[in-house]
Formats: sequence, C-alpha cells, structure tokens
Amino acid sequence: MSRVQVRKTYKLWIGGAFVRSESGRYDEAAGVNYPRASRKDVRDAVAAARKAAGPWAARTAYNRGQILYRAAEALESNRGRFASSDEVDASVDVLLHYAGWTDKLHAVLGCVNPVAAPFLSFSLPEPTGVVGIVAPDAPPLLGVVAELAPALAAGNVAVAILSETDPLPGLDLAEALGVSDVPAGVVNLLSGRRHELATALGGHRDLNAIVDAAGDPGLATELDKLAAETIKRVRHGAAVTTYEDATDDALTRLEAVTELKTAWHPVGA
Amino acid sequence: MTTHTRTGITWDYAPAPESADHIRIQDRYGLFLDGEFKDPRDGRYVPTINPATEEPVAEVAHGGPDDVTAAVASARAAQAKWAALEDLERAKYLFRIARLIQERSRELAVVETLDGGKPLRESRDVDIPLAAAHFFHYAGWADKLRYGVNAREVRPLGVVGQIVPWNFPLLMAAWKLAPALACGNVAILKPAETTPLTALLLAEICQEAELPPGVVTILPGDGSTGASLVRGVGGNRVDKIAFTGSTAVGRDIQAALAGTDTRLTLELGGKSANIVFEDAALDQAVEGIVNGIFYNQGHVCCAGSRLLIQESVRDEVIAKLWQRMGRLRVGDPMDKNTDVGAINSAEQLSRIEALVAAGEDEGATRRSIDCELPERGYWFAPTLFTDASPAHRIAVEEIFGPVVSVLTFRTQAEAIEKANNSRYGLAAGIWTDKGAKAFEVASALKAGVVWQNTYNHFDPTAAFGGYKESGFGREGGPAGLRPYLNVVR
Repeated sequence: MSRVQVRKTYKLWIGGAFVRSESGRYDEAAGVNYPRASRKDVRDAVAAARKAAGPWAARTAYNRGQILYRAAEALESNRGRFASSDEVDASVDVLLHYAGWTDKLHAVLGCVNPVAAPFLSFSLPEPTGVVGIVAPDAPPLLGVVAELAPALAAGNVAVAILSETDPLPGLDLAEALGVSDVPAGVVNLLSGRRHELATALGGHRDLNAIVDAAGDPGLATELDKLAAETIKRVRHGAAVTTYEDATDDALTRLEAVTELKTAWHPVGA
Repeated sequence: MTTHTRTGITWDYAPAPESADHIRIQDRYGLFLDGEFKDPRDGRYVPTINPATEEPVAEVAHGGPDDVTAAVASARAAQAKWAALEDLERAKYLFRIARLIQERSRELAVVETLDGGKPLRESRDVDIPLAAAHFFHYAGWADKLRYGVNAREVRPLGVVGQIVPWNFPLLMAAWKLAPALACGNVAILKPAETTPLTALLLAEICQEAELPPGVVTILPGDGSTGASLVRGVGGNRVDKIAFTGSTAVGRDIQAALAGTDTRLTLELGGKSANIVFEDAALDQAVEGIVNGIFYNQGHVCCAGSRLLIQESVRDEVIAKLWQRMGRLRVGDPMDKNTDVGAINSAEQLSRIEALVAAGEDEGATRRSIDCELPERGYWFAPTLFTDASPAHRIAVEEIFGPVVSVLTFRTQAEAIEKANNSRYGLAAGIWTDKGAKAFEVASALKAGVVWQNTYNHFDPTAAFGGYKESGFGREGGPAGLRPYLNVVR
C-alpha cells in the first residue's frame, strides 16, 4: 500500500513566525498553494523588523558573523528542498562570503580622522536600519540570498518580497533559516504580487533603505518616488545569477545599506 | 552695543570694523562659463543684497534654461581631457586653488560677510581657512583615489551638478568642488540666490590658477536654475547631482530624478540634539550650547537646536545660558567683535518669526535677549524657549535661526530616546566628562556626526553627512570620494 504523503503548507515568515497572510488570500504555483501577502502583512513585517533591528545591530560583529555562517550551514544541510543544486551552492558561498564581512567592514569603510584639533575623531560604518528588498523573479533563491546577505552582514534587518513567479524556493529558505540562529524578525520573507507589496514597502515611513533587484524599470521609478518621501537610500541592481555577481562589488552592496558616523571625542582638556 | 558695568566702571567695546577698502567688488558679475565671465543668454541680472544694510552689493547674472544647456555642453566638452590628465597634474591645479584661496583670504572673508551677513570673525577664522583646507586635502587624493575607496580601478562619473546653500557659501562650494575635481569630474556649481559672490570670486581664482575652461562652471540663479540643472534641458542631463539645502527641496530633487541613472547625494536639514549631562563641566557646556546654536545666526544645518538638559542641572544650566546669551554682541557683521550677525534674507527672517510665533502659540516660554538691533537690515535677537514639549513645532521643525528649544531628561536612556526621536539625524552633541558614557551615548545616537564636549567642529579629513531625512552620502575624508567615482573593479 502506498503511503499518503503529508503535504506542506507554505507560509510567510514574519517576526520569526510562520504565518498565513492576514488577508487569507493565496495563490497557486507548481500545484501548491502559497500565501498572497497583503499590504498589512508588509506593515507587520516592517514592525517586526524594526523591533529586531536594535538587538541585531547591538550584537558583536563576531556573533553576527557566526550567525550568518550558521545560516550557510542550515542552507547546505537543507539543500534537498531546492530544485537547483547550483543555486544552493552559490547561495551558501554568498552567505559565507558575507559572514566574513561582519568584522572587516569597519576596517575597510571606517577610519580615524587626523583632524587639525585635539580630538580623537573617527568615522565608523553603522547599519542604516530596516532594509526592504525586492527580489528578482529568477533565480528565485540566489536572487534573494544575494541581497539579504550584505544587508545582514552590515548589521541591518530585512523585509524581502520574494520572486513572484517562483516563490517556493524563497519560502523554503525561510524554513532553512528558521532552524538556524537568525533571530526572530531579522529576516522577513513575503510571497505575493510584487507590485502591490513592493510599493507598500517602498512607501513605508519606517523603512530606511530599498534594495531593488526586480529589474522592472517602471517599478524602479515608482520606488524612487516613494523613497523620496522620507529620503530613503535606494540601490537598484540586476538579478544576481552567480556567486561572482554577488561578491565582485561587495563593498558597493554593503555601503548602500550603511551609514557612516563621525564621532569627535576630546583629547586632553 | 553691549555695555557692562562692573565696580562702578562702565566697560564698552570700541567699534572694530574690518576695512573693505582693499576689496574690489565689481558692479556686475556674469556667469562663469568656458573659463570666462559671460552674459546670461536672456540678459537677466539681479542684485545681491547685503542683509545687514539692505544695500545692493553687486549685480549678478541669473542663469536660465539656455545657460544650463550651454553649461552642460561646455562641461561635457571639457570632461574627457580633464579626466585624462595625469592624476598629479590634476592635483596641482587643486593645490593652486587652495593656495590662491589662502592668498585672497582677507578679501574672500570680507565679501562673504558683506554678501551673507555672517560675522567677519567667522568668515575669517572658519569659512575661508576651511575652504582652502578642503582643496588642499582633496588635491592630495587626486593621485591616490584607489586607496581611498579600496578599489583596483576607478573612473569619474563625468559632469556633476552641485547646488549649494547660502549659509556657508564658499565653504560649501569647496566641499562640493574639491572632491569632484580630484576624482576627474567636471562640475557645474549653482551658488545660492542670496550669496553668489564668493563663488564668483572662486571663478576668478580658477582663472588665476589657469584651470582648463569648462572644468568649473559657476551658474548663479534661483531655484529655477537649480531645477533646470537637476531635470536637464532638452534631455541633456548631468551625471550626478550633489545638493545641500532643505529637506523639502532635497525630497523634490530625489523625486525628480526617479527612474533616471543620475546619481544623487543629499545633505539636508536637521534638528540636532545637544545633550547636557549632570556630570558635564557646565560652564564649558554653556559655551558649547552658545556655539552650537548661535554660531552663524543658527543658519547651520547641524545646529544644536534641541537642547536636552538633565533635570538635576536644568535650572543651573538655563541660568548660566541666559546670562551668557545676554553678553552676545548682535549687530554689524563687519565688526570684529560681533558674535551674531544679520539674518541672511528677509525671507529667512519671516520663516524664523513664523516658527517662533508658533512656539509662543503652542505654550512654550520665550525669552529673547534685550539688545539693540540696527534699524536697517534683517535681524533676530538670540532666543531661548523653555517649557517646550517634544511635540511642539519649535522642538520638531528646523528653524534655521538663533533659536534654541530646551527639553529635559532624567536618565541616559531617556536622553537617547528623545535625541533619536526625530525624522532628522544629522548631528548631536554630548556634554559629559565620563569617557565610557560618552562613547556609549555616541554609539546609540542616530546621527551622522556626534561631538563630545565640542560642537560645530569641521575638518576636511572627517566625514560629514546625515542619517534618515538629513540625507545620504558623505562629504569629507575618503568617504567623500565615493560619491564622485565609479568603481570598475
């Protein structure tokens, strides 16, 4: 007798919880149902991310590096979930690459400023805060991992809108990360209609930066206009399809989600 | 004129006006285009006013859309040759400019003060020397760009449009031009409508330095000139816009560039917190509060306009501050003893007056110092608001004038929370003698610049720029190169 399979219910990942869309809506792909997130889900995700932002940024760089490394381990050991083995390879390597950035960013982007006055002045990178990611349709896993990794390595938290045409690998990524050490709310993953969700994200006043890899010029223009309302940082980029795409310009990717703070402390007197 | 009576003797300051005899200000300045001063295409000239006297200082060309077109074409024509210069040769031009600014520093200081109303002491001791220092600093970067941005190969962006404000006219021009040129870009600079003169003197300096024509274009004008530069005329756009000014205009620029590949950096407004802890050296802190908010009449984007005082020392700090404010000398900016000069324009004065009126309407307690203000010109007496709530407009909106609003806090956590409770994030001050506490608070503040036991201190080696709605991108130091370069690999 053949065994009756236990099917999986695909869910959004918000604030560390696997949830259905609050709207109760769903779409269908590859014969399975998955949640069609709403604008309210976007707002819930940003709120969860904001709550997680302070504690995540306050962890030591060493600790964040280990957590990203652990995420790579979790993805590697969950590789059976994903159809494309090459994409898992590249995604794991990208996570490793950025895991190593957490405690080097300061040396590369920061400096001590030799000011012409008796002060210890230094400029250090700090996370910009909550980053909104609009992932490309393809590749569905690497496309989102390549945008998440630099954001997290720089100490940010993220809300990502997954591939619209192939959301299941992104939702499976949530399950892999869910068994790693990534704290609740640091990564939030939403499936649904890109335009609806991306514009809700781009217009959110408590979002600090947008990374848009969707490759849709019309959407890019809309996101730019929405970003201007609260002077958000915006980076548009092409979909990442290889490890090299994700890492050749690592510093540019990290810098796009980084603030530089200059502190002046008195010397003597 | 401030008078102090002590031990029965009345002490007063004798007037100490800086002489302007040796300054040659021409009656009329054209646009600086192709290395020459030229009439604007539509022939329009507008007077620039001395805000301390309301007298015109000179007439200045107003750049129209056709002038923007010509400027972009001239700049494009010059760019390849400028970028192809040996790096050290490019550096030499910038070193020359730095030296010429130093040589002409007295003249530049006087003109800055005549055109903008800031005290001569500030133009002379801060604006002009720092402008020279910026050119000197970035001259030295021109042949070291790869080290500055950790890249193996870099390229300039091309033609950059730069729009600067009226509060530090020459200094902001230097902040913009020096890194842009060092990186191999050519620049079109639009000085502010009310303060174009020192940028035009800088154009003369470019001529003296024999800078190749088209490398620097100075296009005076108002907001419409800036808008043409941002949007481009006839599809002919610049490759980057660098803007310093209000958040409202910055927002418009960011929206106007939506969907284009024009790069953008913004240095916008602020409502910076100056935090005084009970363990601070209070007399020193009071000096810092005064410097933080009354420096340059409070026309400073990073001005310490929200004064956060720990409750236990509130009364003492306010008493000392009020006493110190009473000794501020407000008046003729050309007098070397003047602390607070003229408000930059009638428009800015009415903006300050409107916000101060709103502060009174909302129930905060206003105190303005009792000082004689000149009959002509634009003036506003240094003002202190107490009993302000964090929701009052005077505690939320940028006033950009000599007006400070006092809020209080009990604990360090509350100070940090209140300081960060702003849509802006440009700067902050911390007054404490406890080192570990200063480092902890500095790292918790969402602000691009944090000063401990000092305020309004700038240096060409130190990055400056904001978080949140105070803008993005940095100026100064190696971080200031990045916005003007494409990293190839």
